[in-house]
Order: sequence, then C-alpha cells, then structure tokens
Amino acid sequence: MTTGLDAMAGESHPGDQDATPSAVEAFRLYETMVLIRRVEERLRDDSAAGKLPGAVHLYIGEEAVAAGVCAHLRVTDYATSTHRGHGHFLAKGGDPRAMMAEIWGKREGICRGMGGSMHVADLSKGILGANGIVGAGLSIAAGAAFGAKLASAEQPSAEQPSAEQQGKGIVSVCFFGDGASNQGALMETLNLAALWQLPLVYVCENNGFSEFTPAAHVTAGRISDRARAFAIPVAEVDGNDVTAVWRAAGEAVKRAREGGGPTFIEARTYRIQGHFEAESFVLSGGRYREETEIEQWRQADPITRFRARLIESGTATAADLDRIDAGIADRVNDAVAYAEAGQPADPALAQTLMFAPEANPSKGA
Amino acid sequence: MTAMARTRLLQAIRDGIVEEMDRDPKVIVYGEDVELSIVGDLRGVYERFGPDRIRNTPISETSLTGMAVGLAAAGYRPVVQMMFANFMYTGMDAIGNQMSKLRLMTGGQLELPITIIATCGGGSSNAAQHSDTSYPMIMNLGGINVAVPTTSADAKGLVKTAIRSPNACFIFEPNGRGGEVGEVPDGEHLVPFGKAAIRREGGDVTVVAIGRMLKPALAAAATLDDEGVSAEVLDPRTLVPLDEDAILGSVGKTGRLVIVDEARECCSAASQIAAVVAERGFPLLKAPIRRITTPNVAMPYAPNAEAQVIPGELRIAAAARELATRTAKVPA
Repeated sequence: MTTGLDAMAGESHPGDQDATPSAVEAFRLYETMVLIRRVEERLRDDSAAGKLPGAVHLYIGEEAVAAGVCAHLRVTDYATSTHRGHGHFLAKGGDPRAMMAEIWGKREGICRGMGGSMHVADLSKGILGANGIVGAGLSIAAGAAFGAKLASAEQPSAEQPSAEQQGKGIVSVCFFGDGASNQGALMETLNLAALWQLPLVYVCENNGFSEFTPAAHVTAGRISDRARAFAIPVAEVDGNDVTAVWRAAGEAVKRAREGGGPTFIEARTYRIQGHFEAESFVLSGGRYREETEIEQWRQADPITRFRARLIESGTATAADLDRIDAGIADRVNDAVAYAEAGQPADPALAQTLMFAPEANPSKGA
Repeated sequence: MTAMARTRLLQAIRDGIVEEMDRDPKVIVYGEDVELSIVGDLRGVYERFGPDRIRNTPISETSLTGMAVGLAAAGYRPVVQMMFANFMYTGMDAIGNQMSKLRLMTGGQLELPITIIATCGGGSSNAAQHSDTSYPMIMNLGGINVAVPTTSADAKGLVKTAIRSPNACFIFEPNGRGGEVGEVPDGEHLVPFGKAAIRREGGDVTVVAIGRMLKPALAAAATLDDEGVSAEVLDPRTLVPLDEDAILGSVGKTGRLVIVDEARECCSAASQIAAVVAERGFPLLKAPIRRITTPNVAMPYAPNAEAQVIPGELRIAAAARELATRTAKVPA
C-alpha cells in the first residue's frame, strides 16, 4: 500500500489531532460518501449502457475529500469544482434529483440541461459550478473569496442586511486536482490570496493522474510546496481518510472564517475509474497504469475504512450503517427515475439564456 | 436645451464610473496600476473611495478576469481595468470559457454584471503587443456586450450602462483619443447599447466608422463633400448588440456602404457588418460593399509603417469616392 504520504514531510497543519467528529457528524460523513458512491456507480452503469448523452468523469475513490471538507461549510459559503464535480455538488448540499436530471440532459436539470455532467452548479447553495477547465475554479473561488472579504468590511446600514448576513465569515473553497496545479492560475491566485489574506481554502485532490498521464511524469516537486512558497499554511493529508480530511478542513475553514487567510490542503487520493467512462475507446488498448495499482488503492477504499472504524469504535453498528445504505439506495433510484421521466431540454434556451434581460438603464437597479 | 460640460474622453469614463460607484456600493474597480490611474480613466477614484472599492492588482490577467466571475457570483459588479486590449489574450480563459458561457451553462442561474475596460488600437508606436483591436474575438463569443465609444458623451453614457447591465460588457477605449474634449450632458447621462448614431448626414454613400475610425471617416467625408460626394457617417457605438436596422436604414438611403474598422480584416467587425448587409439588404445595394481595415498583419512599430496599415482618411475617401461613382448596376 503506497499512498505517497510517507514521502510527505515538512511543516504541515493537519488540524487538531484530537478533534474527532461527533457521532452525528460521523454519520453525516458516512452518508455523504455513500451517496456520492452510489450515485456515481449508477452513472457508471448508465454510461456503459449508453443512456447518458455526454461523458461522465467519476469521483469513485475520492469521496472522503468532498465529504470531509464540505462538512464544515454553510449554505452561504462558496465552492468551485472541476470536471469531476458530482461529489462536490452533492457534498455541498446539491439535490441528487436535479443533478441526475442535468446529467440526463433534461429540462428538470439543475442547469435546465444546458450544462451537463461537467458543469453542475447550484448558485442558491454556493455551488459555483463544476468546470470543464481544470484550473478555472482557482480564480473564480479567489474572486468569490475577495467578495466575501469585502462584504465583511462593508458597513451595515438600516435598509441593508447586516454585515454578518452579507458576508462576514463567508468562506470560499476551491477543489482542484494535481493536473490543475500545473496551470498558471495557481501561482497567480496563491499570490493574491496570501497578499490579500483571502478567506480561501485550496483543496488539491492529488489523485495521481493528469487525465491519462501519471502525475510523476508531469509534476515536479511537491504540489503543497507551491503554497509554502507564499507562506500559506499547508496541510497534507491522506485523502482516503475522511477523518483526516475533516480535521484539516476544520482548521482551514475556521482560519478563513475568522479572517486568518488562506490554507492549502493537499489530499492524496486515487482515481479508481478512468479519466472518463468509456475511456477504453480513446485508449484503443493503450495503458497508463497497472491493474495491481488500482487494486492496491481499492484496499484503501475510504468508505470501507470509515465504516470499519465506526463499527470498531462503537460509534455505529453494522445495522445502523446498513439502514443508511438502504436509504441512499432509495434516494438514488428515485433520482434516476426522476431524471428518466424528465422532459427533454428546451432548445430555445440556447438562444434566450446567453444574456440576462437588460433593465431600462434609466430606471433604478 | 440640455446643459453641457466640455470633458476629455477619459475623464468622462472616470465620471461615469464614479457616479456608478456612488450609486451602488457593490461596484468595485481593480486592475494593474488603477490607484494612480496610469491609463487616466480613474484619476482621483482611489483617493475618494479607498482600497475596498478600487485596488491595484498584480500583473495576473488570468486571475483578474476569473476573479470577476467569482465576484459576480458573490454579488459584486466588478469593473476590471485591463490597460491594453492585447492583455485580454492573457486573460482569455475566463473570458472565453467562463464569463461568456456561464449564464447559459448554469441554466440562467448566474448573472455576470462585469465591465472590462481596455484601450485598443494603434497610432502611438506602441508596437504589436500594445496596439491590437481585439473586439472581433469578443464579439464571436456570443455572451458579451461590446461598446466602442469615441465621443466623451458616449464614453460616459456607455460605461454607466455597462456597469448597470446584468451582463458582461467590454468597453474598448480609443487609443490616442482619450485626451480629446467633447460635450457631455450634465446630470444623469446613459447611452443604451444597440443604438447607433448618425454623426453626419449624407445621401451618396454610407460610411460605418467603428471607434477610433470615426475621426478619419469624418475627415474623409468633409473632403468628399468638397468634391460633391455626400457621405453619411454612422457610428455603431456598440458592436454587440449591433444596430443593424440603423445601418440598413442608411444603406437604404445611399445604396453604398464602406465599413471602416481598425481590426484586422479577417473576421473583423467590418466583415460581420458586411455579411449582415449582404444578407438582409442586398437589394438596397448599388455597388459592392467595401471594408477598410488593418490588413492581416501585426502592428508595426515605425510610425510610417504603422500609418500605412491603419485605415486613414485617404483610404476611406478613395473607397467612398469609387463607390459613389458607380452606377446602379453592379458589374459582373
């Protein structure tokens, strides 16, 4: 079992080692991870069956990162995501039905069928969107963090909501991968976030692959060192250990909320599925990893590990967790049925949604 | 009669931004060297509003454009000063993949009240990386409004409309014209997007002159007038949306069309306008449409070489003169 964690050294802020999720929090972490897993297993199967119009990039094996981080977020906090974004959407409170309908290209989809799998977003929940450009979320999250910081400084007035409601303590989280770490936007935003002490939490999901290329072939040094260069606090964690992620994220989110500036979390994890489903068609027999490596990481499955720990520690019984599993199976079936029964997307939206209606400019905003 | 004040173009932009910052605390400004206002369109704004409303940034265009999207999502109305239009290329991902697309991609959830301001055009020996007229690539994206003010009144009125708009709007300042003085109506002055202005009336040939090209087009029209050729000069003011009806209305009167655009010829705004008129107004035409553009070259540095590629009064006048002498029948 090599997770690469043994190679990590140097100053690190893994969070308060004594902090432990309460039983309620632990159940939620488990439930979130299982929800993501079951939704994605269904997407995997439906993709293979040719039921989905577009490609899906699955997060199977990485669920502990989204669950452990989003457990600390409020609905008013912001999160940006990547093309591998279903897990972040669900963990941040997105509706599985609306997401499933979106991936099926239906009118009932969260983006009305205009975005698809790679672009699920729910602005009402601070989910600024999955994004097909791997590093795009870095500057979008930094902008949202800048907004949160400015809002916390605004003076409340009688007519306006208080600064507290407007943005004080709002945190912006950017999920991105080891591949996106090689985009220049990372250097630019690390600099700005450190300079302006933005309430921004970088969550680098180092899953070992830039699409079809092992990280070792395209990424020099340790990714977290890039943040250390800007004196940003760093936490390097086992991304398949939801408690470790939860701990590090708890400290990072608290720091951001209290005005302490950005934190960089590098979560070492592994992408069990391919870059996208049906990748075998484009690989045409080509290989970029060995089955034994995938199998090793299956042994470190974050859900299996956490389930065992919950039972071992007496936090839950197998029956408790089975009940959660059964409830989730029902929710996933319901979401798929909802998507399947949905109406075709309205093609006219492609014309009408590009621009928001302009108010009469001479009238008030 | 509306009272008028004589104002430089850059000062008019500043006045528009300041009025909108006063009106709405969510309007914030950032960019490179905005606190000292090296470009000149933000003089005194920092002293008045301070660092939470206007802020210098690192030279990080990739993030300046991307942060505007995040700020919009957080309820702000960012105004990004990008100095030269060439620098849009450096910040292009967030322009081409994010701000032009996210409203559709989110099913209409996200509004993007973003204003991007940059200077475009040559004429100052700034050489190829500081002289581009880059609006064609923005027009092609489909989700962004494009304004090309060339008078002080329009500069103020269009920037105010842009800042109030729920959509991303790009304001292309005309290089070298920022110091020119024009009259600006006192009080609240807004110019709607999609309304062209006839700058000079005429009956023989329509000259559509975009942005910085208005000045040489008016000079050419004056020369032609002495020769007995009456040119109507139309300033589209915004390229997205484009006031197609105003252009077709003028061509309906003259039957001849010259389009003057400092952008490179290939896929220029002139090409788009020519296509629109050919499709919608072919029966109105007495002669082929002529585009006067910068050729498909990088802007050279030396003043004489630069002057040769940028459309000027002589090229405009020659094209208009040639069309005006054509008969109603287009030769095969």
